[in-house]
Amino acid sequence: MTMTAPGPVPLALTVNGSPLARMVAPRTTLADFLRTELELTATHVGCEMGACGACLVLLDGVPVHSCLVFAVQAEGQQVETVEGLVARGALARLQDAFHARNALQCGFCTPGMLVNAHALLERGGVPDREEIRDALSGNYCRCTGYEAIVDAIEAAARAERGEGGAR
Amino acid sequence: MGRGVVKARAFAYVRPRTLKEAHAAFDAAQGDASFISGGQSLVPALAMRLQAPQLLVDLAGLDQLRGVRLEGETLRIGALTRHAETLTEPLIRRHAPLLAAAAPFVAHPAIRNRGTLGGSVALADPASEFPAMMLAMGAQMEISGPEGLRRVPADEYFQDLYQTAIAPGEILIALHVPAAGSSHCWAFDELARRRGDYAMVGGGMMAERAGDGLRGVRIALFSVGPTPVRARRAEAVLEGRAPDAAAIAEAQRALDGDIDPMDDAEIPASLRRHLARVLLGRLLAKLEAPQ
Repeated sequence: MTMTAPGPVPLALTVNGSPLARMVAPRTTLADFLRTELELTATHVGCEMGACGACLVLLDGVPVHSCLVFAVQAEGQQVETVEGLVARGALARLQDAFHARNALQCGFCTPGMLVNAHALLERGGVPDREEIRDALSGNYCRCTGYEAIVDAIEAAARAERGEGGAR
Repeated sequence: MGRGVVKARAFAYVRPRTLKEAHAAFDAAQGDASFISGGQSLVPALAMRLQAPQLLVDLAGLDQLRGVRLEGETLRIGALTRHAETLTEPLIRRHAPLLAAAAPFVAHPAIRNRGTLGGSVALADPASEFPAMMLAMGAQMEISGPEGLRRVPADEYFQDLYQTAIAPGEILIALHVPAAGSSHCWAFDELARRRGDYAMVGGGMMAERAGDGLRGVRIALFSVGPTPVRARRAEAVLEGRAPDAAAIAEAQRALDGDIDPMDDAEIPASLRRHLARVLLGRLLAKLEAPQ
């Protein structure tokens, strides 16, 4: 272990299934790294202090705020963004349900909502509305009042189990 | 980098493999360094420039800070154990059930996926759940310093606002919790305006059932002062008694002498006292026991 300078340091990690290596300044958050270095701009940067939830990504499979992780901390880890989830079709039902139920207006919060909703549905079963609300308790939406988002996630969970589409 | 308004100042970064290296890195920066584990409080503090160290020493590479295991009558919980693991790790659910009971109230799910127990207890936010639960459980904090390892009981660990027994350059490496068994009961609750918000008042308690009565009662409240607070007078009232309506009412009255909350912009001290009494009543009414 050697003392590093504040300048760029080597970073190797896997993003959306692709291993990559870059030089990155330690102060760069994972959110800024994804957006500016990799141009993966589905990850939105809102409050930059872990309050709004717009920047959620999957880090080793679980949702975390990418504004509260420095990119260097993700060394050797797996990052998956909304781009990656969309590319492998993992969000298709949620996207359909969000569209059908108008569960977004400006769309700024939507990527974070989708990441959290995806993680919730991965647990299996149909979560009740209280569980959905709890899962989204760290996601701000200033447009919709949340009701349509909860509806959409519930509908996607039911669709996943073949219980009919969005209501 | 966007508007550049909520960004950390430049710092150097190291991820040591041993405690010795971690201490050496801190010393090499002449103390102008911060240790980072989950970073869920530290990263925003850096982004807002409340702190601006030259060096960040990442504890994530220290295996000694990992893992949960039973050591005789004590559960050793590595400092890097994440909040979310308290809900899934069977040893914690069984032997430190108060942590699992408190976890759903700690911030939000994504924060719990990243935040660590050690980080929370080292920060010792007086409005935080886990530090107060260390007090309720009578845990010991294992700290690595220049003299090697030492353990500090929770009753001596919390000293003042954000001040603990951890000296600058020392590292909290594990939490040692007296393992709860089949005779224990516990309860956690908090009163907050919204889910995931800091509590206006919160608390947890542990006790053993001895016949109809309670024994070894430990109650710790948070958001009532600069540190988590033992409710010693209320504990004394309950010791040896069944938590019936009369005992609860007496303990609630005694609680007034245990806490000394201050008025703040949102909540007057008198309201906090009232809420603390309500909370104690709820804790005693919902005591849980092993399944």
